[in-house]
Amino acid sequence: MVAVMKNHVAEHNGREAAPAPVVKADARKLNFYYGEFHALKDLNMPVHEKQVTALIGPSGCGKSTFLRCFNRMHDLYPGNRYQGEIVLHPDNVNVLDPSVDPIEVRMRISMVFQKPNPFPKSIYENVAYGLRVRGETKTRVLNEKVQEALRSAALWDEAKDRLDKPAFNLSGGQQQRLCIARALATNPEILLFDEPTSALDPIATGAIEELIHDLKHKVTILIVTHNMQQAARVSDYTAYMYLGELIEFGVTDEIFIKPKKKQTEDYITGRFG
Amino acid sequence: MAYAQTIEQIRERIAEHKRWDLVFAIVGVLSLIIGVLTFVALFLNMALEGVPRLSLDFFSNFPSRRPGQAGILSAWVGSMLVMLVTAVVAVPLGVGAGIYLEEYAPKNIVTDIIEINITNLAGVPSIVYGLLALGLFVYQFGFGQSILSAGLTLALLILPVVIVATRESIRSIPIGIREGAYALGATKWQVSKDHIIPYSMAGILTGVIIGMSRAIGETAPIITIGALTFIAFLPPAPFSAEPPYVSFEWLTSPFTVMPIQMFNWTSRPEAAFQVNAAAAGFVLVLMTLAMNGLAIYIRYRLRKNLKW
Repeated sequence: MVAVMKNHVAEHNGREAAPAPVVKADARKLNFYYGEFHALKDLNMPVHEKQVTALIGPSGCGKSTFLRCFNRMHDLYPGNRYQGEIVLHPDNVNVLDPSVDPIEVRMRISMVFQKPNPFPKSIYENVAYGLRVRGETKTRVLNEKVQEALRSAALWDEAKDRLDKPAFNLSGGQQQRLCIARALATNPEILLFDEPTSALDPIATGAIEELIHDLKHKVTILIVTHNMQQAARVSDYTAYMYLGELIEFGVTDEIFIKPKKKQTEDYITGRFG
Repeated sequence: MAYAQTIEQIRERIAEHKRWDLVFAIVGVLSLIIGVLTFVALFLNMALEGVPRLSLDFFSNFPSRRPGQAGILSAWVGSMLVMLVTAVVAVPLGVGAGIYLEEYAPKNIVTDIIEINITNLAGVPSIVYGLLALGLFVYQFGFGQSILSAGLTLALLILPVVIVATRESIRSIPIGIREGAYALGATKWQVSKDHIIPYSMAGILTGVIIGMSRAIGETAPIITIGALTFIAFLPPAPFSAEPPYVSFEWLTSPFTVMPIQMFNWTSRPEAAFQVNAAAAGFVLVLMTLAMNGLAIYIRYRLRKNLKW
């Protein structure tokens, strides 16, 4: 298993973390509670600009919960409570501060979900929705942005002749790329992915991974995955979480080749989890 | 009894269990037949008696002392106008309340109490709504014994049905769709207007029509607010050739409705009026069935593009 992981890492000869990466967001002493349940414990972790950061760990370790703090999704449900900060740079806003409107945060930080969730509208309307929410009404601007987003999500060639057709007619993988286009259309500062390929077949998964790899030149990416090979393939930084705690964070190659903690090693070598 | 071990014992046991399958199937079919046959028998009886009486004149004549000339013109026009008021009032109120409860209301004890009460409202006898309406709409608000009062009363009556249908329909929207919209920075109102309302329209309309098909047959609350049983004129027309073209005078007009017309005829001693009542009943049942059919059709059409 270790050998397999090392091969995956070694295949990425072209990828190196930038020498002095800029921090785009910063979790500081982040705690999160679902009612009484203490789901995230004192997390401290940077998210580097225009890099891919992967969150891995066994089911229930809090990786999705952590991700959903970044765009305040927990605000949608009663009984949830944040403590600590997630500071967004360069303007130093703590997105968890109660005085910061979650709607403003969600306009800056987009999200792609586990299961493709296109709206039951046309392909065009799906991509345009984020812009419409922001009040864009000019057809020319919308057309331009929709095209740009679909190109970025590698869906333009497949979708350009049926923009007015229902999004549900697309395949699962295409639907997920549509959701990525929808999230990209508003030029977000960070793009969150919550296990984006877990409902997809291997070929569609490959396409999404390739896309993530290309997108990091444009946008900061934070991705939750239960698939360690995927983390090794797509990410520059990896965080291993267990029972709501951040066990280890570092450059992906180091985490996978020589993790500092025994616990991390046990997990990535498959002895545990 | 020991559990079955040999293949013979297993077969015997299965045969025994299957006998119970059969017993239940027979009981179930009998229950079904009793319900359905009763309705079919009543409907056929009414149809056999009433259908020969149906003619164009029956729909275009006012009620009359002579059974042969009596018709249901004022009754069906009254029913239609009352239903119109009911729909115009109940749909926005019911849909608004349903959306508020699902999307906006905080989850606390007050909301819980409101929810329980709405469910209970659906079970309040209709005559109680009639009494309420008599005091409130007819006297307090001074709407009189009018189409407006009747429409408002029936709107109150079907409001819980519309609210419950709206909520059920909203709840069937997958959570991922809702989260997807919020994740793009939409406000509650944007999510409601762009997603929740359009996607739950099929269920809402179905609920509205089911409610209306119940309301069209309601007699007790309408009698309570004092609908007349003998009306030989139509309410003022809503449109006219001269300005201001549109008139709402019909709202305050006295009226009668189909079930009341029927009730009036069944209380007459002459046999010929019983035939009229059967014919009117037949028309009323057809109106109800047509509304239910419409509900099924709308549901089918609107749900075609929603695959969940």
